[in-house]
Amino acid sequence: MEFQLAWRNIWRNPRRTVIIMIAVIIGLWTMISLTALSRGMVNDMIENGIATLTGDIKIYPAGYHDDPSVAYRIGDADQIVSGIKKILPAGTRYARRIKVNAVASNARHSGGVTLAGIDPEMEKGVSFIGNGVADGRMIAETDKNAIVVGQALLEKFDTRIGHKLILMAQGADNEITSRAFQIIGVYRAKLTSTEKQYVFVNLSAARKMLGVGTDISEISISLTSHDEAEPFAREIRELLEDPDIEIYTWKDLLPMLKAYLDIFDGFIVLWFLVVFAAMAFGIINTMLMAVYERMREFGLLKALGMKPSLILRSVLLESGMLLVIGALAGNLLAAGSVAMVAAKGIDLSALATGFEYFGMSSVIYPEIVTKDVVLANAVVVILGLAVSAYPAAKASRITPVEAMAHV
Amino acid sequence: MPMAHSHVRPKITLDMKMAWRNVWRNPRRTWLTVSAICFACVVLIFMLSFQFGSYETMINSSIKINTGHLQVLARGYFDEKSIRKVVENPDPVKELIAGMDLVEAVTVRANAFSLVSSQKRTYGAMVVGVDPVLEPRVSRLKELIRSGEFLPDTPESGGPDAEPDPALVGALLARNLKVRVGDELTVLGQGRDGSVAAAILTVCGIYESGMDEFDRNTLHIPIKTFQSVYSMGPAVHEIIVNVNSLTDVPAVKKNIINRVNHLPAGEGLVVMDWDELVPGLTQSIRIDLVMGMIFWLLLVIVVAFSILNTFLMAVFERTREFGVMMAIGTTPQRLVKLLLYESGLMTVVGVCMGIVIGCGVTWVFQVYGIDMSGSSEILEQYGMSGRIYPRLSPVTALAGPLLVWIITLAVALYPALKIKGMKPVEAMTHI
Repeated sequence: MEFQLAWRNIWRNPRRTVIIMIAVIIGLWTMISLTALSRGMVNDMIENGIATLTGDIKIYPAGYHDDPSVAYRIGDADQIVSGIKKILPAGTRYARRIKVNAVASNARHSGGVTLAGIDPEMEKGVSFIGNGVADGRMIAETDKNAIVVGQALLEKFDTRIGHKLILMAQGADNEITSRAFQIIGVYRAKLTSTEKQYVFVNLSAARKMLGVGTDISEISISLTSHDEAEPFAREIRELLEDPDIEIYTWKDLLPMLKAYLDIFDGFIVLWFLVVFAAMAFGIINTMLMAVYERMREFGLLKALGMKPSLILRSVLLESGMLLVIGALAGNLLAAGSVAMVAAKGIDLSALATGFEYFGMSSVIYPEIVTKDVVLANAVVVILGLAVSAYPAAKASRITPVEAMAHV
Repeated sequence: MPMAHSHVRPKITLDMKMAWRNVWRNPRRTWLTVSAICFACVVLIFMLSFQFGSYETMINSSIKINTGHLQVLARGYFDEKSIRKVVENPDPVKELIAGMDLVEAVTVRANAFSLVSSQKRTYGAMVVGVDPVLEPRVSRLKELIRSGEFLPDTPESGGPDAEPDPALVGALLARNLKVRVGDELTVLGQGRDGSVAAAILTVCGIYESGMDEFDRNTLHIPIKTFQSVYSMGPAVHEIIVNVNSLTDVPAVKKNIINRVNHLPAGEGLVVMDWDELVPGLTQSIRIDLVMGMIFWLLLVIVVAFSILNTFLMAVFERTREFGVMMAIGTTPQRLVKLLLYESGLMTVVGVCMGIVIGCGVTWVFQVYGIDMSGSSEILEQYGMSGRIYPRLSPVTALAGPLLVWIITLAVALYPALKIKGMKPVEAMTHI
């Protein structure tokens, strides 16, 4: 009965109702779709960051994080992995690596790189190199002198597949060791800075070059969801209780990203509030108009003995209906437009260098996150009701005498 | 103030006066509408100024640490960074540029990638040769020293008994190498002629810029040392030019291009400005600006719909009134004009208030700055630190309000044109 009354009341002046609903719809659509777009960008940064040899959880020998040198190593990697396999869910992937800073040079150029000794099979699903190479072939178990480099490095060094690249690094004995590798494959990464930084060789080749026996310098763990990194990292820490190793999550390893995420969350709340404020002026005005038109009606209801609280409730119910319908339509519109764009992604390669500066790739896939949608709707409906309390209170406070004097 | 009043009166038409009074027939509604417009203007002015302020900080810190406003380089050096592509005879070019108008400072640098070893560690790093006297006039390097001292003005080079040459090391590189001020480093690289370049250096200072990339990968030595270690002769790789302000860059660039080519020493040289030297920077600014535009445009559209009802109601509530006016001979055109005056007046009041309040708020923040230290790490990555100062300019103060103005007036057209179809008799019978 109350709902029916409110429903009929809001359609007494359809044009006005539609206009204010459009304001709510556009507002919500803007909130959700632009947030989805920005989320897409941020997720892209996170994915890139994690795939660039970070992983969700990383196990380092103690000291390596501050001083990434081959002096710090893990000797019993198999034991550690089989231990933590028991507590981590199936589908989790583990990669063992040797990772050291090195200097790459050929006849004409030299530059600093990060030398990663990997097992290509293990990297699948853990880091970008698991996806294989763009040109040539991936390193295999048996390769002794094969190296895979990034496209950008290839161009910078003015070289090509089949040519030699000499790597120099500090070995386990603190002496400089150097070794010639043959470029057999070229990988493409989302960022050229990554392509210039990492060169990959076989795990055993790296071990031999650096003289580290069967040791490794890190275990990278890829979980099914990035959000689970922290609880699992805690469990692993409790399980192992080994002073010789340190456990980090991607949030510890990519502090910039985490800071950016925090800023971004703050910005979203701010943006929602600003858009809501723009809507609120219209909501208050429209509800005020609707209430003032019906002052005589409210006076009559009062004269018949209706309680002020009931009038307050009915006005709030009307504006609540308006807001909820507007919000629903806004959500649908946003979901539709995001789905349309998300299928193909937005290609912004015209601005590619700028995106690289931010650590993103140039095709953006908008992504709707439940948290944002809930927040947007909550802001609109709850704050919308809060500001409607003003016109509603006006209506409930009117006395029959005032109402009859009202034109 | 009767004087002022009579002075202004002749300029105000009857229509305008009527519009003004109509606007204030329902003060509450008018204030709500005006506030909505004002709010949009304030947000736009502040956010645009904030964006521009942060861009300026980004550009300036990038210029102050790395590139300078302009660089003169050998053709091909920028792309290849090959030690062989040198400015063979930099002195005449340097002197010529130093004498130009608007130029603030000129210095030279040379770069070579080398292995840097301490007693315990070896890392690859970019060794940069700088002029100890001129460098502080161009970059912030000297201010960034966290321990030890900047390079001495006159390094004593050569001589078997002489002290090793001084070097400045980035904080992260120093940490990785495990060295402190006073410790020795060995540098091993390839000279310009392909020979082995090796030197022993003493760490005289450690700097920290907050840009990890820079702090981890660079080591600065006096240019004279660089030239002798890397067999450069008198040659350098970059001539760095700083001008008085960002806006002078194009003029100075043109001037340099025109005049340097006439020098015998200027052959094969190119001039690049900061925009070309850090291409990601302008593009990232453009992305941020475009994103901002989309956000603000949508915000203004939400505002427009939120005030459309006020404008519409102003028409529908007064149908009888318009009917009467038409019956006594007011043309529909005049009514349309009247209504547009009304919405126009509300917009003007809102926009003006918005500009005043928006500029006021922004100005306060521009003076005191906005403390972003809670999120400093991320800002450091983009080359900002600590406080951001919004930059109020005619563009940031007026672009937003102009957008609000245009969209609001466009919205006001719809109700005003509704009048045209109105019939006096029908209108008067309307309740």
